Amino acid sequence: MNELIELTAAAAAQRVRAREIDPAELFEAYRARAAADDLNAFTWVAPRAPAGEYPGDAPLAGVPLAVKDLFCTEGVPSQAGSRILEGYRPPYTATVVANLQRAGAPLLGKTNQDEFAMGSSNENSAYGPVLNPWDRARVPGGSSGGSAAAVAAGLAPWAIGTDTGGSIRQPAALCGIVGLKPTYGACSRFGMIAFASSLDQAGPLTRDVTDAALLLAHMVGRDRRDSTSLEFPEAIRVPRAEDLSGIRLGVPEELTGAGGGVEPGVRESFEATLARAEGLGASVEPCRLPHAPHALSAYYLIAPAEASANLARFDGVRYGLREDGEAGLVSMYSQTRSHGFGAEVKRRIMLGTYALSSGYYDAYYGTAQKVRTKIAEDFRTAFERFDFIVTPTSPWTAFALGAKTDDPLAMYLNDFCTVPMPLAGIPAISIPSGLSDGLPVGFQLAGPAFSENRLLDAAHALERAIGFDGSPARRSGESAARG
Amino acid sequence: MTEYEPVIGLEIHVQLKTRTKMFCGCELSFGDSPNIHTCPVCLGLPGALPVVNERAIRFGMMIGLALGCEIAERSLFHRKNYFYPDLPKGYQISQYDVPLCRGGRLGDVRIHRVHLEEDAAKLNHLGASGRIHGSDRSWVDFNRGGTPLVEIVTEPDIHSPEQAREWLSLLRTTLKQIGVSDVNMEEGSLRCDANVSVRPAGSAVLGTKTELKNMNSFRFLERGVRAEIQRQIGLIEAGEAVVQETLHYDPVSGGITPLRSKEEAHDYRYFPEPDLVPLVATDAMLAAAREALPAELPAERAARFERELGLSAGRARDLAFRADLADYFERALAAGAADGGVDPVELSNWIPQLVERIGSDRDPAESNVAPESLAALATMVKAREVSRDAAREVLSRLVADGGDPRAIVAREGLGALSAEDDGLGELVDRAIASDPAAAEQVRAGNLKAIGPLVGYVMRETKGRADGATITRLIRERVRQAG
Amino acid sequence: MLDRAQVLHVARLARLELTEVELERMAAELSHVLEHIEKIRELDLDDVPPTSHVVDVVNVLRHDDPEPSLRRETALRPAPEPVDAGGFGVPSPAAA
Repeated sequence: MNELIELTAAAAAQRVRAREIDPAELFEAYRARAAADDLNAFTWVAPRAPAGEYPGDAPLAGVPLAVKDLFCTEGVPSQAGSRILEGYRPPYTATVVANLQRAGAPLLGKTNQDEFAMGSSNENSAYGPVLNPWDRARVPGGSSGGSAAAVAAGLAPWAIGTDTGGSIRQPAALCGIVGLKPTYGACSRFGMIAFASSLDQAGPLTRDVTDAALLLAHMVGRDRRDSTSLEFPEAIRVPRAEDLSGIRLGVPEELTGAGGGVEPGVRESFEATLARAEGLGASVEPCRLPHAPHALSAYYLIAPAEASANLARFDGVRYGLREDGEAGLVSMYSQTRSHGFGAEVKRRIMLGTYALSSGYYDAYYGTAQKVRTKIAEDFRTAFERFDFIVTPTSPWTAFALGAKTDDPLAMYLNDFCTVPMPLAGIPAISIPSGLSDGLPVGFQLAGPAFSENRLLDAAHALERAIGFDGSPARRSGESAARG
Repeated sequence: MTEYEPVIGLEIHVQLKTRTKMFCGCELSFGDSPNIHTCPVCLGLPGALPVVNERAIRFGMMIGLALGCEIAERSLFHRKNYFYPDLPKGYQISQYDVPLCRGGRLGDVRIHRVHLEEDAAKLNHLGASGRIHGSDRSWVDFNRGGTPLVEIVTEPDIHSPEQAREWLSLLRTTLKQIGVSDVNMEEGSLRCDANVSVRPAGSAVLGTKTELKNMNSFRFLERGVRAEIQRQIGLIEAGEAVVQETLHYDPVSGGITPLRSKEEAHDYRYFPEPDLVPLVATDAMLAAAREALPAELPAERAARFERELGLSAGRARDLAFRADLADYFERALAAGAADGGVDPVELSNWIPQLVERIGSDRDPAESNVAPESLAALATMVKAREVSRDAAREVLSRLVADGGDPRAIVAREGLGALSAEDDGLGELVDRAIASDPAAAEQVRAGNLKAIGPLVGYVMRETKGRADGATITRLIRERVRQAG
Repeated sequence: MLDRAQVLHVARLARLELTEVELERMAAELSHVLEHIEKIRELDLDDVPPTSHVVDVVNVLRHDDPEPSLRRETALRPAPEPVDAGGFGVPSPAAA
């Protein structure tokens, strides 16, 4: 295995800047690995390095970037994992991708995902499922499953994804990497094919916390094309913290107690991590988020409702799939959409349409929005006493392919610990806390809006203490030493 | 037989005259070649997001202020969901339960609400000749899609087709004057739907209403509403029920037909647009909107004409609701004042005469008749220096060739014949001699009989004599003869 | 909870055509999910304002300045049915 691949992105960038690595060679090394991808993590790989000078002096120093399919990239397939966008190449590039390219991260490829980011296993993709590099019979999580698997397997130095109810954090947890969902509004949504507009946020999926900080630093910023984007109040710094002295961690019993269905192995890793945190000087105490158990319900009303409208534009008129029915316009619409969307997307469109429909709005959508208010209040109250709220990222480790596809509700329960944060718009990070039966476990820290620097610092200190071996060589195809 | 009272409310869509669309930087266009003013936002491409046009908000506030509405401290945009090829996102961004403006009044009609939204694209019919043979095709041009629209909804305060037309004309003048729209019905920048119901006169209960869609001229609005009122009365008289439905008025046949009923009842599933943030009317925004308004709006102008110049309410509105007429009138008034004074009521009588001669769609300022000329003519009439009939003749000549009315009167010998003029006395004698029976009746006190005698003199003088003078002379001579 | 007729109605609103099998399955799955979701209706939320935006900003406005539009060829490139007139072809809504 190429030793370049063993470097974290930040380390590679540093070596490029020190002229110890040729960025063209770095790009080609990853390009070759991505092109030979046997995890089905990539949906498109750049045929060659981008033309022109390598931005060796740029902050991201030419370290190539894997990008979730749903980010629009000019002239490059961008179909959000859906058949309905078969062959679609947008005429423009998403702001976040453009920001990263400008900072010196060339586009390595587009990564597989659950269709329109709806899923927790990456099994809802028109391109087929992604395999978890830790165990190819298991899912990588979702919806940013391709990005997570690519980074975990060393097919990409780093990647970006989107998180609506856990779509960065949960696959990061299941693949043993770092995933950060920023504060809502921190990163522009312009050019991100929308799932649920009031929840969607772009974020990094990386091998370690330092890489996450470096990538995030060049993603954030107000975009005049996104009315809901905000100026990040401070620069994102490279995290340096090595201890947690004075940090108060709150453990919400609503999310970590019996109701969440946390597996014993996951619980064990979570508790060991809490003990490590105390060892680093943190205080750990139970806290209350009284409405958190209802977050999943609110989420599964709000997100599908917004999605039902966001996905109405896929109508066979201007782009994408068109199926002319026997006769007339209505038939064209229904045929196109019925053939173009997969089962889970249809299910959520149906759920969202129902939740908004006449006579049910107040009972469902309206109620969910009120629950959302209460959840945000719960967090505000908790952050008066605690710096961060901590939970396991996912109640389970990676599950077998096909294990939950027949039971949508069981699949939804996977998001139990990750949905409250996007509902409140607050940032949260997942870091690997160890293994359970040979599979990675994720530890989640959530902080108040715009607390990313503090969150990254705390995650960095914990990461050092945990010492998780995230080396891709352990589980990449060419290495025999798996598990 | 029962008397019926029509109850009419209007819903008006006005395209705003901004430079760019409501939510993107594409330029507005009319009649350009198709699909050259589009971008990811107004084409509804995946990933594109709307951003509100600041000028559209200001125009919306100006309309609200001009109509005396209350501007909402905080308003929201919603998504209105339905599928149609002219709606690229599958939803229209529109204001719903928290509109920009509420309440208000224009003339004698109350305003219910004013809100902002985006226009649909244009769907063109192609027939069966399209790429897919044998099936009926249409095609979409997205140039218009996303044009800023304001929807103005009135209360059901209108009670006749004429009033509907007149009120819409006032609204049009008002919007034109504040400069927010071209308000051209033919080009679609002003579109009007009418909600129509009828009820027995005096009843307080509203009848079932129908919605008459998209009447694209003032005349069609009046005719369409009249036809719909007749249709509803016909149904009621025949013992049938009026069905709540959406109707189309065909101006060619005069017929009213239901719009093809959609596959199912609409359920627009409105919810707050998550891609946009709330709109808050700040003091600075309101001040800017107020500052951009003209000093006097048409309704205020009509009131001033009535109050200060003594014009009748009808005449005041006829002038004030057409800014070009009112402007011309006021310029003539000023010219007359400089020339020793002109009677405003007399002057105002001559504006419709002028309009009749130049055509109702023309601005009199662009005619051959200078405002000071019309003022001079009105002054001469008032001073009886020229008879009304002769003055009409002078006006026709002014319209044809321009010039000074005094010079025309002098040159053409159109000046009024005075009572002292012997010729006039002689003519009166001849009139009496020609119809002794009428003269006898006048002498006996039957004043109605004087008509033929006056007519005789008028004919002989070709209208140059003043009617009142002739009447006085006839009565004097008849008495003398007796 | 959700019967066949309701599922059909919602599918029509969403312009989805479901097969007989999908219809049955959808009714069962949605009912199952809704049963879980329904619990939030038991909460006392009478005086709670709804949250539709988590960002606390208002009046994000754009100056009324034109920006370049797409070339027509670019706009029409992904169109399933471009027409010679320069537009996006669709089945006529008036047709049956």
